[in-house]
Amino acid sequence: MSVLASSDCKETFVLNLGPQHPATHGVLRVKLTMDGEYIRHAEPVLGYIHRMHEKMGENRTWAQFMPNTGRLDYLSALSYNHGYVLAVERAAGIAVPERAEYIRVITVELNRISSHLVWFGAFILDLGGFTPLLYAFDDREIILDLLQAVTGSRLTYCYFRFGGVYNDIEPDFITGTLAFIKRLRERMPMYHNLVTKNIILIKRLKDIGFVPAEMCRKYGATGPVLRGAGVGYDVRRAEPYSVYPELDFDIPTYPEGDCMARYMVRLDEIEQSMRIIEQACAKLPDGPVMAEKAPKIIKPAKGDYYAAVEAARGSFGVRLVSDGTTTPYRLKLRSPSYSNLSLFGEASRGMLLPDALALMGSLDLVIPEIDR
Amino acid sequence: MNLHSEPIRLLAFLVGIIAFAALNAAYLVWLERKVAGHVQRRIGPKEVGPFGLLQPLVDGIKLMTKQVLIPDNIDPILFRLAPPLLLIPAVMSFVTIPFSETLVARDINLGLLMIFAFASINVLGILLGGWGSNNKYAVIAAARGVSQNVAYEIPMLITVITMVMITHTLNLNEIVRQQGGGIFNWYIFRWSANPLMLISFLIFFTCSLAETNRAPFDLGEAESELVAGYHTEYSGMGFGIFFMGEYANIVIGCSLATILFLGGWQCPFGLWPGVHWFLIKLYILIFTVILIRWTFPRTTIYGLLNLSWKVLIPFALFNLILTGAMIKIWPMIFP
Amino acid sequence: MSGYFAEIFSGAKSLASGMGITFRYMFKPVVTVQYPHATLKMPERYRGHIELVKDPESGEPKCIVCGMCQRACPSGCITVAGDKLEGEKKKVLSKYVLNFTTCSLCGSCVESCKPGAIQFSREYNLASTRKEDYTIDLLQRLREQR
Repeated sequence: MSVLASSDCKETFVLNLGPQHPATHGVLRVKLTMDGEYIRHAEPVLGYIHRMHEKMGENRTWAQFMPNTGRLDYLSALSYNHGYVLAVERAAGIAVPERAEYIRVITVELNRISSHLVWFGAFILDLGGFTPLLYAFDDREIILDLLQAVTGSRLTYCYFRFGGVYNDIEPDFITGTLAFIKRLRERMPMYHNLVTKNIILIKRLKDIGFVPAEMCRKYGATGPVLRGAGVGYDVRRAEPYSVYPELDFDIPTYPEGDCMARYMVRLDEIEQSMRIIEQACAKLPDGPVMAEKAPKIIKPAKGDYYAAVEAARGSFGVRLVSDGTTTPYRLKLRSPSYSNLSLFGEASRGMLLPDALALMGSLDLVIPEIDR
Repeated sequence: MNLHSEPIRLLAFLVGIIAFAALNAAYLVWLERKVAGHVQRRIGPKEVGPFGLLQPLVDGIKLMTKQVLIPDNIDPILFRLAPPLLLIPAVMSFVTIPFSETLVARDINLGLLMIFAFASINVLGILLGGWGSNNKYAVIAAARGVSQNVAYEIPMLITVITMVMITHTLNLNEIVRQQGGGIFNWYIFRWSANPLMLISFLIFFTCSLAETNRAPFDLGEAESELVAGYHTEYSGMGFGIFFMGEYANIVIGCSLATILFLGGWQCPFGLWPGVHWFLIKLYILIFTVILIRWTFPRTTIYGLLNLSWKVLIPFALFNLILTGAMIKIWPMIFP
Repeated sequence: MSGYFAEIFSGAKSLASGMGITFRYMFKPVVTVQYPHATLKMPERYRGHIELVKDPESGEPKCIVCGMCQRACPSGCITVAGDKLEGEKKKVLSKYVLNFTTCSLCGSCVESCKPGAIQFSREYNLASTRKEDYTIDLLQRLREQR
């Protein structure tokens, strides 16, 4: 493969993968310079659904930006809610009641599971298997119903508020969540038998799409991509926020750095998220879900603030620059998929087209989050 | 007028075969969608007619009323030639298939050979369709289709040669006749001919999946990679004919497997042989093909070639040698 | 060499077990809702577009025309207007129009409303080919509900 990649073959052609292509999950366009089915050069072209979220943030009050955060990554919107809320709370010095923190953790982890389930289905769909997608959606539907009962929406949540959450959870949410975890635990062996152990899948993922830790470092890739390269970096442990330090969970890492490693990391993360939810449900304290002293109009002091959370795709960072007014002076979003996509050009060099699509699928890209 | 005269008989069979191929294409889509639906815990088509049974009809009308778009800068002859090239050989192959002892259009002695002769034309349809559409995805798909077909014809033909060595004939009806008298006379369980007959069957079945471009070997139309593969540029009935050809090929592949290994129209208990047994076996195999599609992810081109050259061909060759040895040695031990 | 056969064997076994799973699932009951024939009941907190709440005593909207919702809305999709009738101390709501095309259902308006005069509706069967259908006159909607 490497011989082919380096050979000075002049007979190449350009293949436009996207912006409308089944494997790019949205409007990503990748300009591939191909030599037969081998990729010589890949250049992701972005911006097809750029919506200027960062600029919009500068023209709205701090609170009015909240719904935008749910629309960056539509698959794990609550993590993005959490990142923004955390940054503003740090800026304005708002303390969050413990019950609200636990509710945040439970809902975010549920959202992470649902995001990983969608990724699982869509990834196998990229590889040509149809049925696991529908099985994953069957499980995800329950999460959506649970979160809908709490937050009122199914996908683009806007549930967290500065100083707490929008409204308290009901007791049947906890019972429903625990029942769901029991169900998913029983379903996981089915997923492994149907998909993970499948020889075709193993052949397609093992030793394919090698992304070493060094490459991750170079492009700033985080999340399962980095953990699949053997680096146990997780914002929940590296820079603990919320109540994560009080919860016991592992950070799954696989040293291989191939597609299979990233696949396994995500499936293991589903298990770990279930553990976190169980513990959080058991520890859930009583009390208010909204800080009593939370100001109605947020005016953070002049300064530069940063908060990062572990979203389903990696580290999501929010940098806020406040000039002491009711609107942010600058709002910078660091989205994980953008960095994860950046390495695609280098990692896919010399690969076959189907393998490159397996690599792209294993990066778990959500295009609206890349384009913001 | 003599109803049993040869021209009328042929005409009746011609109409029957075309109707069988077309109905199969239409209702296999329905079956495929129903099986896919229930495997995925959905219902599948259900709105048009009871259980959605009229859905294929409506789909057919839709395809026929659609405009056949001919893109610019294509090769106009090849582009139009490709769909019939895929469909006609598939339909022609039905001519020698014995549905029952008497229900066979032409009971010719070279039936098996004829089917393989026709089967190797369908790859031409894929190649010309992909090449003629002037589309990069289609060209890649065409190249894949050809290398895949070439790779899989070898183990398939080796297996068929093994079978011919055992049966001593190329006449399909005669092959079925030899398997009469119960399930243990089917060639799949004929241990005395070759103890690895089951493996022969699996090789043949895998190869026929690959030959007909079915999942998990549907590299030519891998929709997550190549959009729609070699028929990306086809619309309306151009696409419809490709589709019919593909399903006809599946029926041919499964029919051959039924005839060679599963005793064709013979009954498993040796009673009342007839067309119903052939159809039951045929549709069980087709159902398996459909279930395979909705279970497995797709292989890659090198995975497919590895499977062919590293697994199927060695096993098929070993089977061939073993069968040859058995034919010579068995009579020596038990004269 | 033994690895070669072991791989073929384990591979075949994995394929067979996969087929077994899909075959078994084929006979399990379907989980989908046949949408136009059957619908789901939305939970209590479901966020449809907002609607006005009426005062149970007078039957008039609770809205006091303070304009807080209009100011809280991130995308400016609410237009509120009120008339000051003679002899009345408070303003009376005369216009409440929601431009649902830009609404993101964040709930800022409902949260900001002190008298609790707006709430989320449970309406989700919204489909139209005309943009104008999503400029909803909530006051008229409330009157029609009566």
